[in-house]
Amino acid sequence: MALRIIESCVNCWACEPLCPSHAIVAAKPHFLINASKCTECAGDFADPQCASICPIEGAILNSDGLPVNPPGSLTGIAPPRPTLIVTESPPV
Amino acid sequence: MTVTAWNKHGNAQRGGCAASSCGSSSDAVAQLPDAIRAKVNNHPCFSEDAHHHYARMHVAVAPACNIQCHYCNRKYDCSNESRPGVVSEVLTPNQAVKKVLAVAAAIPQMTVLGIAGPGDPLANSARTFETFRQLSEKAPDIKLCVSTNGLALPAAVDELCQHNIEHVTITINCVDPDIGAKIYPWIFWNNRRIKGRQAAEILIAQQQKGLEMLVARGVLVKVNSVLIPGINDAHLPEVSRIVKAKGAFLHNVMPLIAEAEHGTFYGLTGQRGPTSEELQTLQDACAGDMRMMRHCRQCRADAVGMLGEDRGQEFTLDKIEHLEVDYAAAMVHRAEVHAAIEAKRAAPATVSAPRSAEMLVSLPLTTAGTKTPTPPTRPILMAVASGGGGLVNQHFGEANEFLIYEASVRGVRLVGARTTGRYCHGSAHCEDGDTRLHKTIRVLDGCEVVLCTKIGFEPWGQLEAAGIIPNSEHALERIEDAIAAVYQELIAANYFKQSRIETQRLTA
Repeated sequence: MALRIIESCVNCWACEPLCPSHAIVAAKPHFLINASKCTECAGDFADPQCASICPIEGAILNSDGLPVNPPGSLTGIAPPRPTLIVTESPPV
Repeated sequence: MTVTAWNKHGNAQRGGCAASSCGSSSDAVAQLPDAIRAKVNNHPCFSEDAHHHYARMHVAVAPACNIQCHYCNRKYDCSNESRPGVVSEVLTPNQAVKKVLAVAAAIPQMTVLGIAGPGDPLANSARTFETFRQLSEKAPDIKLCVSTNGLALPAAVDELCQHNIEHVTITINCVDPDIGAKIYPWIFWNNRRIKGRQAAEILIAQQQKGLEMLVARGVLVKVNSVLIPGINDAHLPEVSRIVKAKGAFLHNVMPLIAEAEHGTFYGLTGQRGPTSEELQTLQDACAGDMRMMRHCRQCRADAVGMLGEDRGQEFTLDKIEHLEVDYAAAMVHRAEVHAAIEAKRAAPATVSAPRSAEMLVSLPLTTAGTKTPTPPTRPILMAVASGGGGLVNQHFGEANEFLIYEASVRGVRLVGARTTGRYCHGSAHCEDGDTRLHKTIRVLDGCEVVLCTKIGFEPWGQLEAAGIIPNSEHALERIEDAIAAVYQELIAANYFKQSRIETQRLTA
């Protein structure tokens, strides 16, 4: 059970001081979570702290590999959807 | 209330002066209580006169942020990009202190050190306070200030006061949570992410509480607001009234910067920034008697040098890392430089015009008590290409920004600074000279004269075609004197008798 930071991380440091398990490392090219230390904040906080302050959608994945903050959830900008093909209607 | 009245009739009074600011005194700084005046006199951000003499720097020690604003994108970093929240490298407190001492020794005019990000300084309180602690000890001749969104402010007030911080800036964009919900999508509060109206409500309460606590402790508080047309423009006069009633000594209204390339919510959703005219109208409405920050340049969180310039590249980490600074010696030199600056500022000017932070040069017009008919006049805007020092000293084509002054029979006053090529739009958008000229002319919209040292034949013609009179006859003169002289020349040439369109035909 551990969260994971992926390459879209912008190294903003917001998560690092919040981690109750000191599992976050200011690594290059982006921050990383030490999987053996991460508890997903169970027992410390209701929500995982890193994912609750991370400003980048999709940068933190849960143990199923899914983004804790999926596209659109923070910015309110909906992710691009498959384009609908509109066929031209005959002239009236 | 005058602010509301001004807001309602803003257009009718455009080019005049805000109702609340007409009258006796012409010197904004002079109107402040002594204790505050002493504090702002040498601060380049607060005093228009001081920014010609003193420099500031920001150190980027505070990367984390505890809120999201729709005008901010945490991903952006480009050395050609110049806007708040953007930096090239984040420093540790030790690196920051080293950089400050190096800059202070190299640029003795640097009197003010601010921590402004790139995130929120108080969301990085350990890093921010460690920097302040070391600097108060090692460089007591540097003024410290901090800029915050206010969420963590109430909890930080005690520690801020320990570091003898003179100024705190709080960015307050609204006092109404419904408006706040359109500006702040979420905050991080009590270990949870909170979204929507509830988030805005908490943020606003914390900002107001922090403001009250600081004022109670005698700390100078400035409030910054970002003007977002259609979102908080009608609301800002109310913000202004409230924060001033609570004791903020200055309210600085800044334009929203929003381009799709910046990747911000507002940029991506097509939210526009204000026009120069909208900004000026609102600044006049919110300024009240204070017209002290019209030269605000919305600096980067790692800016170094005089306002409007950035010497950050001279002090990158690799350059300062092995530098040994003898700060005791530097401090002696700095004190000498400051004394020389103050002597220069105190010396009577060679011209008859008064020297003050906010200069209002009287025009020797016989507008009253004379039998000769008064020539028709109206207030007009003039743009000045100036690289600093209070002089008309830049070539038109080299100017990246123009100082905008209003000239009227009452005098000359600075109303703002407009920039042209400041925002990097990526190499695909790099412009050739022609595009740049068009952009400059757009930036000068509403101005009727532009003063510079020299100007090419091509831009001369295009400016005239746009109804702006180029003037390079006052090169290297003091700006206020030059503008007053040009205004007199326009009156003598019966410029104000014709409508603006007719004048354009005559000068073209």
